Amino acid sequence: MQETATASPTVKETLIGQRVRKPDAPDKATGKTRYINDMVLPQMLIGKVLFAGRPHARIVRIDTGAAQKLPGVHAVLTGKDVAELRFGFVRDNVALKDKVRCEHDEIAAVAAETEEIACRALELIEVEYEDLPGVFSPEAGAREDAPQIHDRFPGNKSLAFEFRHGDLAAAEAASELIVDNVFRPHHVTHCCMGTSCAIADFDHNGKLTIWTQTQYPYNYKMDLAPALGIHPGDIRVIQPPVGGAFGSKLDVYPYEPIAALLARKTGRPVKVMYSREEEFKASPTRQAAIIHMRTGCTRDGVLTFRTADVLLDNGAYTSWGPTIPVIMMRTTSGHYRVPVVDFKAQAIYTNNPYAGSFRGYGNVQTTWATAQQMDMLAEMVDIDPLEFHLKNAQRSGEVTPQRSFLRECALVECLETAATASDYSRKRKEYAALRDAPGRYKKGIGLASSIHNAGGAKIHKSDGIGTILKMDDYARVTVITGASEIGQGIDAVITLIVAEELGVPLEHVTLVNNDSDVAPWDVGVHASRTTFIAGNGTRRAARKAKAQILNAAAKMLEESPEDLDLRAGSVVRNTDGAALIKLERVLRQMHFQAEPELVMVTDYYEPKSEPEGAAHVSDHSAAYSHAVHIAEITVDTLTGEIKVDKVTVAQDVGRVINRMGLEGQIEGGLAIGLGYALSEDMRIENGMLKNACFRDYKLITAPEMPPLDLHFIESHCAEGPYGAKGISELPTIVIAPAIANALYNATGVRIFDPPMSPEKVARAIFERCAPAGSGAVEPRLAGTAA
Amino acid sequence: MMSVETEIRFKLNGREVSLKVPVAMKTLAMLRDKLGMTGTKYACGEGECGACTVEVDGRTVNSCLMYAVDCDGRELVTIEGLRTPEGLHPVQQAFVDHGAVQCGFCMPGMIMQAKNLIENNPGLTREEAQRGLEGNLCRCTGYTKVLDAVEAVVSGKSCGSRP
Ligand code: FES
Ligand code: FES
Repeated sequence: MQETATASPTVKETLIGQRVRKPDAPDKATGKTRYINDMVLPQMLIGKVLFAGRPHARIVRIDTGAAQKLPGVHAVLTGKDVAELRFGFVRDNVALKDKVRCEHDEIAAVAAETEEIACRALELIEVEYEDLPGVFSPEAGAREDAPQIHDRFPGNKSLAFEFRHGDLAAAEAASELIVDNVFRPHHVTHCCMGTSCAIADFDHNGKLTIWTQTQYPYNYKMDLAPALGIHPGDIRVIQPPVGGAFGSKLDVYPYEPIAALLARKTGRPVKVMYSREEEFKASPTRQAAIIHMRTGCTRDGVLTFRTADVLLDNGAYTSWGPTIPVIMMRTTSGHYRVPVVDFKAQAIYTNNPYAGSFRGYGNVQTTWATAQQMDMLAEMVDIDPLEFHLKNAQRSGEVTPQRSFLRECALVECLETAATASDYSRKRKEYAALRDAPGRYKKGIGLASSIHNAGGAKIHKSDGIGTILKMDDYARVTVITGASEIGQGIDAVITLIVAEELGVPLEHVTLVNNDSDVAPWDVGVHASRTTFIAGNGTRRAARKAKAQILNAAAKMLEESPEDLDLRAGSVVRNTDGAALIKLERVLRQMHFQAEPELVMVTDYYEPKSEPEGAAHVSDHSAAYSHAVHIAEITVDTLTGEIKVDKVTVAQDVGRVINRMGLEGQIEGGLAIGLGYALSEDMRIENGMLKNACFRDYKLITAPEMPPLDLHFIESHCAEGPYGAKGISELPTIVIAPAIANALYNATGVRIFDPPMSPEKVARAIFERCAPAGSGAVEPRLAGTAA
Repeated sequence: MMSVETEIRFKLNGREVSLKVPVAMKTLAMLRDKLGMTGTKYACGEGECGACTVEVDGRTVNSCLMYAVDCDGRELVTIEGLRTPEGLHPVQQAFVDHGAVQCGFCMPGMIMQAKNLIENNPGLTREEAQRGLEGNLCRCTGYTKVLDAVEAVVSGKSCGSRP
């Protein structure tokens, strides 16, 4: 009887692993959400940028007189106004340029009362250029007689990285089989649906408020300040809702200091927002590279070594792009058990657009190479690729040559689960046998996997997060956290964790995470870290609050705190789940008792990981994770078109937190990877982007999205929140080589330079069949067998 | 140079509106800049992404391509017009419940297009919905949950997610 009368179940119902909606979804679905692109402030001016529109030139003369005089124009700025205000990793960038180094170099900027006036003013600015010979590939930039792009960087040399482990000569000698290929991952770009936008406003104490799309609000201050010549402490960063980021907002880009410089000059708020064409031309790209990779193994299929010699197209300035070797080398050394490794990478300045970070950060490019070479080696050894992968797969407790400690490793489970679910081995044999049979359409199946950091990546001095949690007299919870929301759904994860710990309804949790003057430090949304890091921070803060409440309740109820719990809005007795007192009442009594107390706790969580370090030998993430994708495709051998029929995914997620958000991240991440694999391609000719629109730069659309069969492997990460690992980059990383391997299975051709566009695939198939005069068609394996 | 204006009258989300618009102005700019209705989004301005989708006389159009003066005498429905005092439109609710909304920037256009497809195609299949949504780009979701939401509205299922 009593059991039916009580609201609290005796067994605690957990929210972990359930499907939780994004709290901001109703406002977004009704058009109510005010994105930064929608914002208008009183007195706000519109800022517009004049781009060079040529890749390499000296500015001979610039005349802004007519623009200045146009009614409605409030300020015109050029390179002269910002001469020494250098910013960027190596201080090679400036908001407005005195020399042109790439097509989208910002030459002048205008603030005017309307966009129309601002555009008119740009037309009135006269610039005389003297074009210079350009550098349009890293090979060309590395040549001795190459034109110099920056005076301060002789030989066009930007960042360089190196990692060596083991005796390469001995390993090569012990290798009976070696594959050796050059892969050329290309330029693609983020295509956030909300174009780049910033609104800046200075108060009369010299403090800047900037509304921005940034996904790293705290270091953003440090990076923005030198572009303006102000102290980082004088910047307040506000993050309104954004239309996607995907890594593109992990650095300061010139339109942001431009908005601020115009605001300072005019004393009014200034908004700069890109058109789609400007977005294509002036926002960062994924890093293009030339990867010369060699992998060896024994006759029995045991990996012996892997080398990678990487040349990166730095573009004109140094943002995150040229730093991707930090992750590239982790995959080179840690994607399967590789005893001997030799990795080096050099970034070369060119007059091309420059790269930032992009979901998958270097691992998209490296896995494109490693996962294809695994497939090639399996064929040379003449065993099923699955068996080859299993033979070389790491197990829990193994440590990679760079000291990534694979504490909970579920690679074997991922491989077996995906292979069984898709009937991989049988289909692979069957399709390979049909490869040279008559018929226009060929089916193929391909397997690929990768490893990625899944517990942050300590590339900064701190990988931590601050959390403040407070409760009011009505048991409503506010979480003030550094964790940014860029559409990925950390809002739902934090809400879920608070509700789980404090037994309050999901809708009673409010998040404040968009104002750097209010919320405490966080590194930012990157490195698949936010659920892991912010999840831990939130849980720790919630547990502190819970302990405080249960202690107080225990005194009120004359019980022991260990016997109490919080469930369904009440304090309950653990043993029978009986509701003893409403949580709201406890909080009010705490507040208004003789010795009053409020529930407001703080937490700082720093994951147990080691700083990356100059030698790159460190356990730089608190967790690592694997994913396996198996792609099934149909190839039209006449047109070269690839249709992806199905993708089976098995990913080590540690533990499912919000199942719906997790699925959404995997589906969306995979769609970006599909575009990379099949259709997205920035056509940059002599430094000039030729396809700056969605008609010519093709994203994956709804009809091209294949059915997905998702399998979540729960490895229960000891350090992760409830066992969870970070998840959001692997889906983008693994899919392209899975399709490449399927293409080989179907047709016997390999593509080394993505995307696998119909033209390239059709040409490769044609070339493979061309020597048909000789009779039998040999399956062509690119690379050399030693 | 820019200020040749003309007066137009039309129905917007069920209410009569009359205003002066420059002849060169597009419907998207009128909605966003003149009427403050920022639910409808700009993402390309060239008819290539569907973020600006609205209904005109019951058919979906890319409002970034349509001149504002051509709204004269017509009936427009925007994303702001779907919700009723009782709550979200069933299509909006399904998108929320099925996790179809991530950054959400594409969603006003996506939802307008989905609603129109569902209303005009009884028994709409998943494949038909895929084709019908081809003109609406989304960079976040991979469309899977969008299609789940559309399917659920067509079949009247709910999915049991939590608010
Ligand atoms: S903004 Fe109209 S179709 Fe893209
Ligand atoms: S939800 Fe972000 S673009 Fe669709």
